[in-house]
Amino acid sequence: MTDTTAHAFEATGGHAHHADADHKPGFFARWFMSTNHKDIGTLYLLFAITAGIIGGTISGLMRLELAEPGIQYLQAWAGGNEDQAYHLWNVFITAHGLIMVFFMVMPAMIGGFGNWFVPLMIGSPDMAFPRMNNISFWLLVPSFMLLLGSQFVPGGTGNGAGVGWTVYPPLSTSGSPGPAVDMAIFSLHLAGASSILGAINFITTIFNMRAPGMTLHKMPLFVWSILVTAFLLLLALPVLAGAITMLLTDRNFGTAFFDATNGGDPLLYQHLFWFFGHPEVYIMILPGFGMVSQVVATFSRKPIFGYLGMAYAMVAIGVIGFVVWAHHMFLVGLDFNTKMYFTAATMVIAVPTGIKIFSWIATMWGGSLSFKTPMMWALGFIFMFTVGGVTGVVLANGGIDNNVHDTYYVVAHFHYVLSLGAVFSLFAGWSYWFPKMFGKLQSELLGQLHFWLFFIGVNIVFFPMHFLGMEGMQRRVPDYNDAFGDWNTIASSGFILVLAGMACFFANIIYALVAGKKAPDNPWGEGARTLEWTLSSPPPFHQYETLPRVD
Amino acid sequence: MKSLLKILVAAAALGLVPTLAVAQSSPAAQPTPTAAEQAQLPAAPTGEAAAPEAANDDAPATAKAVPFPPAKPVEGVGQPRFEKHWFQPQVTDIGKEGLWFHDIILMPIITIISFFVLGLMLWVMFRYRRARNPEPSRTTHNTFIEVIWTVIPVIILVAIALPSIDLLRAQYSPPRADLTVKAIGNQWFWTYQYPDNGDFELVSNMLPAEEDAKRGEPRLLGVDERMVVPAGATVKMIVTSNDVVHSWGIPSFWVKMDAVPGRLNETWFKVDQPGLYYGQCYELCGARHGFMPIAVEVVPPAQFAAWVASKGGTMTGAKPAAAAAETATAPAEATVTPASAPAPESKAH
Repeated sequence: MTDTTAHAFEATGGHAHHADADHKPGFFARWFMSTNHKDIGTLYLLFAITAGIIGGTISGLMRLELAEPGIQYLQAWAGGNEDQAYHLWNVFITAHGLIMVFFMVMPAMIGGFGNWFVPLMIGSPDMAFPRMNNISFWLLVPSFMLLLGSQFVPGGTGNGAGVGWTVYPPLSTSGSPGPAVDMAIFSLHLAGASSILGAINFITTIFNMRAPGMTLHKMPLFVWSILVTAFLLLLALPVLAGAITMLLTDRNFGTAFFDATNGGDPLLYQHLFWFFGHPEVYIMILPGFGMVSQVVATFSRKPIFGYLGMAYAMVAIGVIGFVVWAHHMFLVGLDFNTKMYFTAATMVIAVPTGIKIFSWIATMWGGSLSFKTPMMWALGFIFMFTVGGVTGVVLANGGIDNNVHDTYYVVAHFHYVLSLGAVFSLFAGWSYWFPKMFGKLQSELLGQLHFWLFFIGVNIVFFPMHFLGMEGMQRRVPDYNDAFGDWNTIASSGFILVLAGMACFFANIIYALVAGKKAPDNPWGEGARTLEWTLSSPPPFHQYETLPRVD
Repeated sequence: MKSLLKILVAAAALGLVPTLAVAQSSPAAQPTPTAAEQAQLPAAPTGEAAAPEAANDDAPATAKAVPFPPAKPVEGVGQPRFEKHWFQPQVTDIGKEGLWFHDIILMPIITIISFFVLGLMLWVMFRYRRARNPEPSRTTHNTFIEVIWTVIPVIILVAIALPSIDLLRAQYSPPRADLTVKAIGNQWFWTYQYPDNGDFELVSNMLPAEEDAKRGEPRLLGVDERMVVPAGATVKMIVTSNDVVHSWGIPSFWVKMDAVPGRLNETWFKVDQPGLYYGQCYELCGARHGFMPIAVEVVPPAQFAAWVASKGGTMTGAKPAAAAAETATAPAEATVTPASAPAPESKAH
């Protein structure tokens, strides 16, 4: 069954002329009308890097403004009065959040690495629906344009959508007149549609196009992680789409889903949003788990310890992730039993997460470890994710959350799991697969420099935020009481190291593409056992003319 | 998993136990002696709460009617501190319990876990580096260890969950309220209503930075009209909003509650120590989200009565503490109409 399906798609995915595996279409047809999973993956990665530059620049601007108490630059940037300056701040936090979530992490992990390596790892010639794959990517481009464009049209007090990535009503409805928020909502609609199509594609591909012998329980963990992620996307995003559509009609057509003055309920939106939003945070981290598993196994020269436990821990995280959403809403006036349930359910997630952490360590135990760049990122990921995880356990306690909710403690927590978790895993995947994707070896020196600068930098940026939050500094403010000045200055200074690290990242790409040595099929040695390493680097335009057989 | 379910059940049962007066020691009786003590020396608490120089020329115009000088902020109490960054010193019992739970239970556990993971990683990196261990083992399973690292985290979580549920239960078991204050969020200021005291309303705006400096208030935290409550009284807060979602939070009280339009959210606090405690809006509410601070001034009951009178409000007779204070100091009893209002608690329902 798997066999015939795969063959059928190989035929349609190819080109009219002949079966030459390395025949590539012309530039426009290749990059704008692509049906090739590797090219689409590359497009996704380029897109994510572009979005990451923009989102990262915004975070730099924010850290600059926050470096000292008082408003230093915001008014000049806004070019208007005080309120426009403050509004610009809210536009920054909104844009930074949305860009990093929807246009950097998700496209890179799922669209980029997922597209590139799911077919390669399961021994499939391409994705199940190559044209749908293309539309998934190209929906993201107008989506991103809408979000960027929204910053130049009125959105209430000033230009742009200043509602936070959560887009809570009534701030996002009656509180933000003007087209900016509508544009942001449309942007989310398109990004959501893109992700749903992508999710359908991945689920179909993984269920139907595995090479002969590749049972579900033999799939690499990265494929498992994408499978679970795709299900989360498929179940969570329609809820978001519904919620923001209701926002849209509340804003424009006089409905009152979330309008208390007409019998609606602002909290309904929060429930709907977080029913999506909590699985969303696992969507952003699960593929990272997958990548880290591949990297740890490779550089330990040892198969993953407790493979089934690892796979089903991800399934468990995905399932539990759907029933914990109200811990984002601990202060909205939940009753005692509800708050207690969400406290307990949230803490349960620590169990499968712990299984993963310990299984990675057990994988390394007894291994033969080498500390190449991808392994450094994976090791950094494991520890930083642990730190972000334990603060998550603190936050899970409804009674403690009272005092740290919406403070910098929360900012520190989610940046430890995202900026130091998800992003570390992205860099792990990038440095691990770069030779495979582009056929060139990166510089190990620049890679290590990138890691160490970034690692130290982000810790300086985010660790002090725990203290700021405990002391009571609230999130999403451009100015703060002078007592918070010291740690804010230190946090901002860490950003310089992050910038230096990112310079190494880009320098390494340029170096590899211009002067890098040609990559062998498998640059990582005997530890790299997944199917992609059996192909050339870069792989042929169409791979697996003869399906590999897995035993 | 099973253990957690058990906890859930146990906790649900606990929640059903009548918990009035569990969290606070003798909530009804306590205010009375305190008030009586303070009533005997009407001037002394003022001097304690406010620095001596508080009475002189910098008394602002808006405070003219107030019969006592506004309290001066005290470094390190009720506001963010320069020298140390941790939870602010807690002045409520709930805050003390929360801080204890965080500092004594959670912090040690998460620190140990983090260092345990770090230690394992460093050991593995040292012991199994390629130079030292060129031949990897092929071990991929060990059911025993996998059970261990599933069960031990569950036990740790249970150990966390028990005090966590205690804390939650304490937060949800307020003593009988002595006073109800309604905080209403607006873009971008707070208004406070005192339904038990003639339903007068205060509009509380942030002070400009120059004014903060002049009055010795911390920048961005000073307000023109403070919310004033009596010491030792259980204050029921009804929190709501006129426009978008705000959040009313005081870090030193361990209290935070979202202000959602169309909803009356309830929370409470009880502070024994007179003083000035600052908070802020904690939910993104538009351009000046960072600029709608909260200042709660806790004063001796006698002063509170005087303050209420100065705002044109009335003291209800339903509250023994305040009544005792009134008879002792007698700044404004002439206007008090004790019988006119029902007990404070019934008003909010």
